Amino acid sequence: MNRKRLQKLTDTLAKNCKHFNKFEVNCLIKLFYTLVGKSAERPGSVTGLDRNAFRNILHMTFGMTDDMIMDRVFRGFDKDNDGCVNVSEWIHGLSLFLRGSLEEKMKYCFEVFDLNGDGFISKEEMFHMLKNSLLKQPSEEDPDEGIKDLVEITLKKMDQDHDGKLSFTDYEKAVREETLLLEAFGPCLPDPKSQMEFEAQVFKEPHDLNDM
Amino acid sequence: MGVALTRSAQWTAAGYGTGTLETTPLNEALLTEIVTFVESFSYNYPQEAKFVFVEPLTWETNLEPSAFESGYIVSETTAKSEEVDESGQPLLFLSVPQIAVRSFGQLSQLLAVAKDTKLKEAQACIEANRDPVVKILGSDYGTVQEDTTALNILDNFITGYDHESHMKRKIAILLKQLDLHLLNHSLKHISLEICLNPVNFKKDIELLQRLSGRGEETVLESIDYTSDYEFSNGCRAPPWRQIQGEICYVLVKPHDVETLCITCSAEGVFLNGGKVEEEGEIDYERKGEIYKDLVTFLKEKSPVFSENMSKQEVRFSEQQQKEHNEETPKKEESKRMPGTNVDKNKLEKNQINFGKTLMTKRLEPSLNWRTNVDSKDHKSSSKDTQEEKQGKHEKSSASVSAGRAQLLRKGTEKIEEVVSESSSESEEDEEPPDHRQEANADLPSEYWQIQKLVKYLKGGNQTATVIALCSMRDFNLAQETCQLAIRDVGGLEVLINLLDTEEVKCKIGSLKILKEISYNPQIRRNIVDLGGLPIMVNILDSPYKTLKCLAAETIANVAKFKRARQAVRQHGGITKLVALLDCAQTSTEPAQSSLYETRDVEVARCGAMALWSCSKSHSNKEAIRKAGGIPLLAQLLKTSHENMLIPVVGTLQECASEENYRAAIKAERIIENLVKNLNSENEQLQEHCAMAIYQCAEDEETRDLVRLHGGLKPLASLLNNTDNKERLAAVTGAIWKCSISKENIIKFREYKAIETLVGLLTDQPEEVLVNVVGALGECCQEHENRIIVRKCGGIQPLVNLLVGINQALLVNVTKAVGACAVEPESMTIIDRLDGVRLLWSLLKNPHPDVKASAAWALCPCIENAKDAGEMVRSFVGGLELVVNLLKSDNKEVLASVCAAITNIAKDQENLAVITDHGVVPLLSKLANTNNDKLRRHLAEAVSRCCMWGRNRVAFGEHKAVAPLVRYLKSNDTNVHRATAQALYQLSEDADNCITMHENGAVKLLLDMVGSPDQELQEAAAGCISNIRRLALATEKARYT
Repeated sequence: MNRKRLQKLTDTLAKNCKHFNKFEVNCLIKLFYTLVGKSAERPGSVTGLDRNAFRNILHMTFGMTDDMIMDRVFRGFDKDNDGCVNVSEWIHGLSLFLRGSLEEKMKYCFEVFDLNGDGFISKEEMFHMLKNSLLKQPSEEDPDEGIKDLVEITLKKMDQDHDGKLSFTDYEKAVREETLLLEAFGPCLPDPKSQMEFEAQVFKEPHDLNDM
Repeated sequence: MGVALTRSAQWTAAGYGTGTLETTPLNEALLTEIVTFVESFSYNYPQEAKFVFVEPLTWETNLEPSAFESGYIVSETTAKSEEVDESGQPLLFLSVPQIAVRSFGQLSQLLAVAKDTKLKEAQACIEANRDPVVKILGSDYGTVQEDTTALNILDNFITGYDHESHMKRKIAILLKQLDLHLLNHSLKHISLEICLNPVNFKKDIELLQRLSGRGEETVLESIDYTSDYEFSNGCRAPPWRQIQGEICYVLVKPHDVETLCITCSAEGVFLNGGKVEEEGEIDYERKGEIYKDLVTFLKEKSPVFSENMSKQEVRFSEQQQKEHNEETPKKEESKRMPGTNVDKNKLEKNQINFGKTLMTKRLEPSLNWRTNVDSKDHKSSSKDTQEEKQGKHEKSSASVSAGRAQLLRKGTEKIEEVVSESSSESEEDEEPPDHRQEANADLPSEYWQIQKLVKYLKGGNQTATVIALCSMRDFNLAQETCQLAIRDVGGLEVLINLLDTEEVKCKIGSLKILKEISYNPQIRRNIVDLGGLPIMVNILDSPYKTLKCLAAETIANVAKFKRARQAVRQHGGITKLVALLDCAQTSTEPAQSSLYETRDVEVARCGAMALWSCSKSHSNKEAIRKAGGIPLLAQLLKTSHENMLIPVVGTLQECASEENYRAAIKAERIIENLVKNLNSENEQLQEHCAMAIYQCAEDEETRDLVRLHGGLKPLASLLNNTDNKERLAAVTGAIWKCSISKENIIKFREYKAIETLVGLLTDQPEEVLVNVVGALGECCQEHENRIIVRKCGGIQPLVNLLVGINQALLVNVTKAVGACAVEPESMTIIDRLDGVRLLWSLLKNPHPDVKASAAWALCPCIENAKDAGEMVRSFVGGLELVVNLLKSDNKEVLASVCAAITNIAKDQENLAVITDHGVVPLLSKLANTNNDKLRRHLAEAVSRCCMWGRNRVAFGEHKAVAPLVRYLKSNDTNVHRATAQALYQLSEDADNCITMHENGAVKLLLDMVGSPDQELQEAAAGCISNIRRLALATEKARYT
């Protein structure tokens, strides 16, 4: 990609992004193209990170491990649902990841957890997301009992209107009371440590700052 | 292994070089461990097994050359290994009976050959090679300088990384491991055995404590432990001193000598270097001879002790006997039928049983610090006991076995340093007993729910953990049931473990719970026991401010008792907490919003909260100061947030008990802000500010500062609000201390504070009364104020307070009454209220401060009362009481009583009475003193007492004259004046003149004649003229 196009792209994306400055956008674009690699430069094909590549980044850079959650995060990034994260989606997604306000993050997390997208996190969805969260105790007759119990505990804590499922209002209220519940059903945001490392690495002052 | 061998193994008394190992179970166990180590060595570490020792290990063996088989070249009297080193020397060479071995491989083969006699060989080897490590690895690795070993190894590591040193290093590490293993092993052994000695010391000290006190009859003034903390083995010495056999340290104040700091160790009792003031620690170095027990030691050091002890001896032994009857009836038996073997066994068994019951009495023998008496020594000690018993029954049994039973030195790992501290601990320091919930008791439903949550905490991943933590917070954590439930189901361990993970969310969740439940004193203790504090201290370094805050807040809750505060300090917590205070100024608010950020001010506030808790310990105060806390606190004091100011002022107020702080507080211009905050709306803040001023205003400059910054007015106005007693106490305290300065008193009078103070003399708690009366006592030094107090009707309530029992209050009340009595009109009221009689009866108070203060107060009373002589005589036994107080050993009491006697003696009749009670010899006895205050009043009393009968002669006979002459060399003019007057009176007697002349009085008096003080001039001149006249008369007599 030539310098002119990069400059232009940076300008456009920076205009639409409130959390990053021009320099940061520039860094992230560069990183994006490094990650996408040369193959994507072929004309005609869609330029972007496919599901696997993206999951790989989530795992390596942000320390996420839960397959299902990572899939959901991918969907959260891939706004146009075309199966790959393009450069604009990348910048937007990372802006939320790194700089998002609590409101933005709540919205995003709720979307991640609402597996079927019906606006509610149901008991089944919770069960699905929490099913690997407990060490299996061989002694127990029903291995799922603990999970079911955990789902009940979560509902009791978060379901403010007692309808047996979590609406966004329920979720929002619970999170505002206790921020720790933001990622209640699994880590879908970078943990602060890897976030700091990532920023330190990506946003370090380049030597060729002059040519921007 | 060197450390274990030198410290743990029980060598016979033969000393170095030829020492042999005793056959004790402990030694056997150690040898077995060493043998197992060596045997498996060539298998476990084949490489290292080939390493050739620097010097061979040689010893006398019982093995025959023929025992060696393949791999050895055997002749009749020799055997050598086929394995040789680089220069061709065999690695094992046996020439009956000497054997030399130079590698671990050979050693282990040798043990294989030795079969049944393994242990004997190992023992012989170790006996002959006292420091095997040196022989194996060379002197660099000697365990004698164990501390430097690591450095040496490092040195080698840096200078040359050759193969040999690498190998050596490996072996050194292996040996070190073995050493550690052996130490642990021996510790286990030790812990199985019984401890006896701390018990004896405890009994000794308890007994002496019972016989100590202020009175004349007691054996000591006081005897106290330096540390309140008693380990489960009964010792009070820190563990690393216990290794040396030391059991506890006591501070003893005998009547006649300075305070002694004594070490009670297994070897006996000796004087140590004393308490180091700044550190609050003890200089453990031995400074004197070792005595076999406390009583012998003290008899040697203090004549008064020895004298009083012999008086007490009878009672003492009776008591002892009674105790023994209760505890060990069998001992009695052995006393009655001495010398039979059966008895000996019984006695021994008895002692063992005694020790065992003691062990079972302790609830948690969890700490393995149990020094022991091994079986052999046990026998000898019991024998000693018996012999002594036979010999002298009257001797206290406490002294019998205490120093005797040989306690063995046990080498152990140096564990965490535990130091006693002297501090202004508050009542919450007492560690409450542990109440575990009864297993069968009806448990509330919360218990089961919490148990379930803890299960998820244990077995859940991060997500489940966070859910469980959040859910747990929905329980009422302020309720004790829930707090204890969390602990009882093992939740505390998990919560503390979570703090050690990388998960920020889990840490936050866990700390939020710990913060709440640590309001419970038991939980605090459990958190400390589980090692929670070091982890929290580490979290203070976290980059996330929320975490820092929570950790600091939790520390603030936990550090409410001594051991916790000590732990915080020892893990560097104070420095980190002080660093938190710095947040408010240095860093700028971060642009990025994170979930884990919070305001810097909040961080500083939490830090101040934690420091407030910690600052109740003396050493922590020092640590805060050293960490640069004072300027930061001063900085924070400038804010206007109340919830920040309270902990900051609270900390300052705690710390202001230290001299260093008061100076710093003055220097940092803190007073100004304290005064400012007195005007705050918040009562708690006002209270702490007033308290801090109270502490600091001991210093004159500070008192002036309070006035200059306008602090006196708010103080005076706060007096009007009497509902909050704590605040009232603090405010009156501040007023008391401030009113020591005359300028301040004038201000207080302006603000009508004196009237208000008089109004507070009734219906107030003692803490308030002490301060109110103290303040009035200071105010009444001024004439105008005395009138105000009288006019407001203050004298009656003051006199009424003379019947109290609070020592501090009595000291202040007597002072105030005394100050009032200077005014003749007030004196009439006091007299009418029978105040003088009350003051007089306070001379019988056990506290010397009260006695002295009462005696001082009596002086103006006698001076100003009408018919003073008659009044004094009306107190039956009063004069005798006063005269007898001259036997006190408190200088202040003596000075005050002398002053009182001076006033009493103004009445001829009373002077006659006190002369009959023997005032002259008693005063004469005091003459040898260096205390100028006492000298002055003593001299005045002497000059007054000369006015009766042949008292002048009597003073001479009791050798009071020569010491008095020496008073003239003092630097105090008051002393000079009083002394010159006394000498003038005494010089009326010819013999006294001779004594004075002999002691060079004339020259000294001649100087005094030149003094600007007229009275002194006159008295000195009068005295000289008396002496001169005598000389002339003598001469005349000679020539006629």
